[in-house]
Parts: sequence; structure tokens; C-alpha cells
Amino acid sequence: MKSLAELAAIRERMKDKVVLREGVAGTRVVVGMATCGISAGARPVLNTFVEEVNNEGLADTVTVTQTGCIGICQYEPVVEIFEAGKDKVTYVKMTPDKVKRVVAEHLKKGNIVSEYTIGNAQ
Amino acid sequence: MIRSHVLICGGTGCNSSGSAHLETALEKELAAKGIQDEIKIVKTGCFGLCALGPVMIVYPEGTFYSRVQVNDIPEIVEEHLLKGRIVDRLVYNDAAEGETHATSLNDTAFYKKQKRVALRNCGVINPEIIDEYIAVDGYQALGKCLTELSREDVINILKESGLRGRGGGGFPTAMKWQFAYNQTADQKYVVCNADEGDPGAFMDRSILEGDPHALIEAMAIAGYVIGANQGYVYVRAEYPIAVKRLQIAINQARDYGLLGKDIFGTGFDFDMDIRLGAGAFVCGEETALLTSIEGHRGEPRVRPPFPAVKGLFDKPTIINNVETYANIPQIILKGADWFASMGTEKSKGTKVFALGGKIENTGLVEIPMGTTLREIVYEIGGGIPNGKKFKAAQTGGPSGGCIPASLIDTPVDYDSLIAIGSMMGSGGLIVMDEDNCMVDIAKFFLEFTVDESCGKCTPCRVGTRRMLEILEKITDGRGEDGDIEKLEELALTIKATSLCGLGQTAPNPVLSTLRYFRDEYEAHIYEKRCPAGQCKKLARYIIDADKCKGCSLCAKKCPVGAITGEIKSPFTIDQDKCIKCGACIESCKFNAIYKK
Repeated sequence: MKSLAELAAIRERMKDKVVLREGVAGTRVVVGMATCGISAGARPVLNTFVEEVNNEGLADTVTVTQTGCIGICQYEPVVEIFEAGKDKVTYVKMTPDKVKRVVAEHLKKGNIVSEYTIGNAQ
Repeated sequence: MIRSHVLICGGTGCNSSGSAHLETALEKELAAKGIQDEIKIVKTGCFGLCALGPVMIVYPEGTFYSRVQVNDIPEIVEEHLLKGRIVDRLVYNDAAEGETHATSLNDTAFYKKQKRVALRNCGVINPEIIDEYIAVDGYQALGKCLTELSREDVINILKESGLRGRGGGGFPTAMKWQFAYNQTADQKYVVCNADEGDPGAFMDRSILEGDPHALIEAMAIAGYVIGANQGYVYVRAEYPIAVKRLQIAINQARDYGLLGKDIFGTGFDFDMDIRLGAGAFVCGEETALLTSIEGHRGEPRVRPPFPAVKGLFDKPTIINNVETYANIPQIILKGADWFASMGTEKSKGTKVFALGGKIENTGLVEIPMGTTLREIVYEIGGGIPNGKKFKAAQTGGPSGGCIPASLIDTPVDYDSLIAIGSMMGSGGLIVMDEDNCMVDIAKFFLEFTVDESCGKCTPCRVGTRRMLEILEKITDGRGEDGDIEKLEELALTIKATSLCGLGQTAPNPVLSTLRYFRDEYEAHIYEKRCPAGQCKKLARYIIDADKCKGCSLCAKKCPVGAITGEIKSPFTIDQDKCIKCGACIESCKFNAIYKK
């Protein structure tokens, strides 16, 4: 290795890959992954979240994880977003395309995409 | 895209309890469920909770699973990794937390009091991938030293940090480096002592297995400071996983140019090699270790001259322990003040201990210096199993001494331990309960030193053997008046006249048990009785006449015909004939026989 810049480049490239192991970060995105969720398409939703969060460089502040059945099976796939000091936001009937918008607007800019939330579905 | 990391401990402890099979089973199961591209399996170094192995952590949740078996894997994959439901029955149940057990390792009583500096990457990164080490600031400290700090700056930082040698002696690291720096020579060497020999201690092995690059980085820094361009790691051949991972790490560092010529374009050259030790305890003594690297029989030399002046191949050499080195990159990056803020006035930073013996959480813990023994045993260690009472803790292995229950609030640091007749040593901490005989413990350690004495000097070769003979006499019930005094005289002579640290410290276990448990020695000698019931030859097997039905089974089992009696009336044991084999106790169906 001939320069510190080379080292820094490897570090930058790798940092996001180990950040997952630092434990639960500030914002938690929880995807309902019970049988009902999976059959309604929760897996592509989960994977799109992981991808988008990484692509947008949010991996050190946002943790994407799964949970069991929330109890509103007709609204699956259900995604809940928890942020410290704020009320949780529940998104329903999610799709990979909707995920991209939630990441871009909610996670990045802090604007809740209200048309996807449970309040609007009811 | 990866959404979850499954960390499987690949340390020696978990390997022997089957962690390698878990990895293959997990790979297979992930593939079966089609989620192999979403979950990453990371084989790490030791987490510390070796008694609970094989252990596994699932991130991002940080769920800590213990004693995971191959047939648990389908459930973990289906429930946790697919559906996000934690498999409760496998979650480590923290005794101290009661019913509301923590699912994350960091929330357990075992981890909460710990402060991981030397072990910071063990159980976090994959030690066989250099990029993971770089991701957690690896080789940044080397870069900083080579490009921003002068050699004197580095010595000053170490001096201010207060770092002392973690291998046992506690010598200030900065001073050692300063001595070698002061020498002018055409060649100097940096050596790492990884010949971890104390029975029960395995922190150096864990660092080599879990974070080998930290050692490489620190040795390169040492090379820069003292002006050496060759390093040697002397590691025991009994540590195959450690040797393998260290070699992989050295090769990767060479490929990246972090070892070799002109590192970071600064003109600094440094490379290193592994030298395998054959497992002689004396080779952990620095001069014997150097002699062994040179290709001779591992025997100590007279000091002075010290290695910093005339060491390996008669060139100025610094020799530090693995754990000492593992602290150094952190000190350079976070600063001397950060390091000095941990610990006590004269013992800065943290120390890793290998907890063993009669304790719930056997394993590896790293705590700030000055933590009391009570906190280590009861809070981190989870207390003594089976409701038994704490009797003593042995620190420092065969060179150290014991700390009795009355001193359990002693802060654990270099000077406090020496003041009470023990020593830090390399960090083995063996807990003993009321069933342990202290004379027997002293005998155990002396047997070890007698075996391991290299034989070069008479006090150690002959003296320790004479001491062992007296101890054997005492535990066999042949002890006589004057034995204790003879032991003390021999001990002091051996300490004063032995050539190296092995002999100088060998009598410590005897002296310290005599200091705190003299009454046990006296009971053995004058009453021919072992208070803990451990010394076989002093045990007496007795038949309880009230419980004995006179079935004669024990008499039939007794190999020496020591048991006699009339059928249907209580039998008796002839103590003169009894060889204390215990066959009678095992045979009795009425629990009528007991040991006293």
C-alpha cells in the first residue's frame, strides 16, 4: 500500500458492510414477515428496503429488520417505522415501488408518505 | 443485498464444541430457503462465553444464541431469519437477569461491566478478511504513526497512556521501547511473546484467532519506533487455529503492502514471521524465548544485559505480549488520555481475564483495571455453581498466588495484587469453592513447575522438586512437624537465587496458600485430615450404622477385603486396610457410606 488514501478507500467501501453488526441503529424499519406477510409479498419489500437503505447511504442510521404477524393480515405487507422521539408510522399494502418512495421521502427527508399509511387505507 | 449477518464463533472453544458444523448446516439451510444472498455468515473470533458454546449472534437485532446444535439450525432459519421471530429457547439465559433475560449479548450482566479494548474486534469481524479489519479503523494507527508522528511522539503517547506489559510483569511498555530506541545498531528486532503457557489462560490465543491484524499493526508500529524492520511472533504449536489465522493475516498484509517495503510510501520497511514453540513453559520467559527463536534449546540467559540492549541474535530487541500489542493501535488512534481514563492510578486501561474453575460463566472477560474480584466473580462471572461458597481465586497461574474470600473486595490491578501476595500474571483467574483443598492446589501448580523447569539452574531444578516432595508427603498423610518451616525456607531460597522468572516465582502458590490457609496445612500435618475432603489418602470412608442394612454388597465390592460384618447387622470398614478407592460408596444402595 503506497498511500493512506488507498487505505481510506478500502475503509469507505467496507464500512457499510460491517455497520450492521453495531447493533440496532436510530431508526428501525420493521417488516411483518409472518406467513400472511410473506404470501402477500413481504420478502421483496424487505429486500428492497435493505437495498435502498444501502444505496442511499443510510445503513449506519437505519436498521431494517423483520417481525412476526402484527394482526392486520388484510393490509399486508405491513411495514412499521420507529424513530426515537416520534410516533411510529405504519405503512400498509407495501410494494417494492412504494418502498423506494418511502426511503426517498420518509427516511431521507423526514416526510411521511401519508397516502401509504394505515390511516389512509382505512 | 445483505440484510442480516449471522456471526458464528470460530474460536478454539466453540470449534471444539462443533461450531464448524453449524456453518455448513446454516449454509445448506439458507440455500434451501433461497435466502443465501440475503444473509451473510461471518466466522469470527471468540465472544468470551466459551462455556456456552457454540455461540451465534444474529444482527441487526444482536440476538445472542448459545449452545446451538446442528438440528437447531432449521428453526433459526425458518423462524428468525425468514420470519423475524426470535427463537426464545436458544437465547442465552442470563442467570443474573432472572426471568427477563436479555436477547442481546451487550445487555447481559456478563458483558455490561466489560470494556473491550484488546478484544474489541474479537467476535465482531471475520479475522480472515483484512478488509473487515480495515473497515473498523484497522491500520489507521500505523498510517498515523508513519505519516504524522515522530518516533519520539509515539513513545510519549505510550508513556502518557500508562500502558504496562500484559504478560505478567507489568513493566511500562514505553520504557521498554525507549531503551531499544536509544540503542544504535545495524539491526534491531520486534518480538511478540505468544507462548501463552499459564494453565487456564487463553486471551492471547483468542486475540490471535479473532483479531490477528491488530497484532501485526502494533508490531509494525513498534518496528517504526525502535528502528527495526523484522518482527517475529513466537507462538505455541498447540494453537493451530491461531497460527493458521495469523499466517493468513500476515499474507494478506503483505499483499496489501502493509508489510514489506516502503509502507505507505514513507520508505519504512517492515516484515514479520512466525516461529513455532514446542510448548515448553520456560519459553514464555523472554530470554528463553529469544534463545529458542535463535534455534537453540529454550533456556534462559542471565539478565542484564536486557533484551532491549542485547536480545535476539545479540541485537537490541523489544519483546511484548500479544495483549499488550493489541492495545497499542487503539491508544494511538484514541489518544493517551482516553486510555489513561480507564483503570487505576498506576494500572491504566483494561485487562483480559480467563475465568475458570468453579464459576458459572467460564470464558474470557475484559474489564477496567481496578474492578474488584467480587464484581468479577459474582456479577460478570455469575457466581459459584451449585450454591457453594467462594473460597479463593488463584491469579497468575503457577507464578501467582491466591486471593482468599476475606480479600474479595480487593481491586484487581498490578500493585494491589502484589501487595496481597499474588500477581496479575497473564490473566488466568481460577475460582475455587469450599470443596477445593488449598494444599492440593499448591501441589498441582508445583507439579507443573517441576515438570516445566528447564534444569539450567539448581535452585529451580532441585529446589522445586524438594518442595513438591514435602507437599506430597503432607497430602499423603505423612506430614510431620517442621514441614511447613522447611517449605518456607526452601521457597525463599528458590525465589532469591533462581536464574529466571520461572524459578523466582515458582514458590508463590505455596507461599500464598501458606499465608492465607496455614490452618489447612496444619490440619493435614497434625490431624491427618483434609478439611475440603479432596486429599484421597486422608479421606476416611465410614459406614453409618443406622442406615446400614447389612446386605454385604459393599464387602463383596471391596477389592482389599477391608469391610466385614454379620449379614443383617451394620458392617464396618477397617481403616488400616482401606485403600480409599470409593467402590463401597458406589455400591451401597442405602446411602449408608460417607466420606469424611
